[in-house]
Amino acid sequence: MSTSKTPSTATSAADERIAKVSLVKSLLQRPEVGAIVGLIAIILFFVVYADARMFSLAGIMNFMQPAAQLGILAIAAALLMVGGEFDLSIGSMIAFAGIALGIPLVLWGWPLGLSILFAFAVAVVFGALNGFIVLRSGLPSFIVTLAFLFILRGLTLVGLKAATGTTQLRGIQEAASDSWLMELFAGNAFEGVFSWLASMGWIDTFQNGTPKVQGIPVEIIWFIVLGIAASWLLTKTRFGNWIFAAGGDPNAARNIGVPVNRVKIILFILTAAAATLVATITVLQFGTADASRGLLKEFHAIIAAVIGGSLLTGGYGSVIGAMIGAVIFGMVQIGITYTNINQDWFQVFMGAILLIAVLLNNWVRRKAMTSR
Amino acid sequence: MKKLFASIALSLALTSSVMAADDINIIVVSHGQANDPFWTVVKNGVEAAGKDMGVKVDYRAPETFNMVEMSALIDAAVNQEPKGLIVSIPDAQALGGSIEKAAKAGIPVISMNSGVEASAKLGALLHVGQEELAAGKKAGEKLKEMGGKKGLCVNQEVGNVALDQRCEGFKQGFGAVEVLPTSNDPADVKAKVRATLEKDADIDTILALGASTAGEPTLAAIEEVGKTGKINVGTFDMSANFLKAVAEGKAAFCIDQQQYLQGYLPVVFLANYARYGLMPGGNVPSGPNLITKDKAAQVVELSAKGIR
Repeated sequence: MSTSKTPSTATSAADERIAKVSLVKSLLQRPEVGAIVGLIAIILFFVVYADARMFSLAGIMNFMQPAAQLGILAIAAALLMVGGEFDLSIGSMIAFAGIALGIPLVLWGWPLGLSILFAFAVAVVFGALNGFIVLRSGLPSFIVTLAFLFILRGLTLVGLKAATGTTQLRGIQEAASDSWLMELFAGNAFEGVFSWLASMGWIDTFQNGTPKVQGIPVEIIWFIVLGIAASWLLTKTRFGNWIFAAGGDPNAARNIGVPVNRVKIILFILTAAAATLVATITVLQFGTADASRGLLKEFHAIIAAVIGGSLLTGGYGSVIGAMIGAVIFGMVQIGITYTNINQDWFQVFMGAILLIAVLLNNWVRRKAMTSR
Repeated sequence: MKKLFASIALSLALTSSVMAADDINIIVVSHGQANDPFWTVVKNGVEAAGKDMGVKVDYRAPETFNMVEMSALIDAAVNQEPKGLIVSIPDAQALGGSIEKAAKAGIPVISMNSGVEASAKLGALLHVGQEELAAGKKAGEKLKEMGGKKGLCVNQEVGNVALDQRCEGFKQGFGAVEVLPTSNDPADVKAKVRATLEKDADIDTILALGASTAGEPTLAAIEEVGKTGKINVGTFDMSANFLKAVAEGKAAFCIDQQQYLQGYLPVVFLANYARYGLMPGGNVPSGPNLITKDKAAQVVELSAKGIR
């Protein structure tokens, strides 16, 4: 017995699955590498061409705010994409969740906490419905969620007009202003720290002495916390493995006992819930809900996930990559206003970055996978 | 060769001295998408005023009608500490925080186009624009006078309070009005108006809220159902084609809010404010100005040039 063991270890040493991989190569195999390269390139671009104030504390908060709002969506979108599905309804879900929160709060006089719960309950229903129809019908999620893109957008309009007679719902801040929950979803965190920093002269102030940055906008904190949680979920837990398995080869996954349908439905619910979180934050922060909130956000979230290395075909991707993708997006969106470049170019830029990122990801992945 | 270098050096010196005198920068943040012909005219006004006043101007707007993104753009502008900030306020509550922050930071703010009722409260110095409710009412009264019984209000920018006010004013001035929400895609507008006309034969009056985005496709839809001349159509704002239709008697009127001035005047005011501390004492109404058949022909040419 002991003699027969030696040759078997020799063959397994040559086995590619446990072969030593160089550090560089193992880094190149990570899905987010393209995004990191892209992020560095974009930062360098703006360091050269933009007003230096873009990278001041106020400037960073400024582009991180839209980046975080998009990032919350992109994190969930990336998980769903790794799980092999898409959700094109999340932009419309933002608008719909906005009125699902606003109407009970303003018109029915519900307390804020209950209104938020109601909005999330609505998200769970529609997320589950998306997933259920996709799995039951066998239709591509592209088609099913595309239908919900229109259904939810339309329901928002119908609901708003029935409730207010206009296409906008106002008075949300007044109705919610006395709730402690406002602290969680609107305004800035660590305001005291920042005004102290300003009084010490360590951060910039306007001419009249008010600090340029009053605190960290809460969505940035949500973004980071959720990002860490989702990344842990995807890479360190059994559920994360199930997501990869369900997206990679659902039949094989089913055969080894992965509850593929349950995983996918949970992921659809997560994306709807992420949209509802973004709706809650923006509605409470800006005090209104309107029928065109979140327009095009479904595409922006998918762009961020793809820049971050997620594959459209599923089974491969990363949460950190999607977060970097969202930061790139916010940086380009706001950064372009700090340059002399006409704003009309923004969409051209974004498209070009998407294309370059995907080509880069593709190239890096092929290199890393084939040259073992 | 020497001469060439000398002249290059001279011209460089000249431009840099101009640049030095030219450190007044004025930023415009509007909600109008770059591909909307109406807002192109505003932008043309902004750029012409920048040239005329010798100041640096910068026009920005979100990619879609998006108050969250627009407020981020205002924050970015404030962070650059311009000598003047011009904003449109289609949703006073959503944009209020960012605009107040700008005013509190000591940046002179002028509002334009929409938001006249919120302008002063948020700390803006004045407003250049048109009272939407009053303008809608005026249009409604005119259309009623022309014999209309049942009206349709075509809204191509759902979520914009100013446009809701126009329809509301139309109702007040006219009476029975149904509101038709559409996207700002002309093909979509045409199809929806056509469907509505086929469904409801009683509609004899239509008010569109934008000339090229909603007005022109509305005219096309009316032509397709064979009711040209039988339905009175008015529109907010102007376009070369709609004006032609007015001149030919196929449409009733355009409501000109003279948006070129909404871009032009605030830049002039803020440049003078930065240089000499001068500012007019109150809001400037840039409209409404009804362009009917007798005036339409003169305006067509300027509209084609992106000025009216």
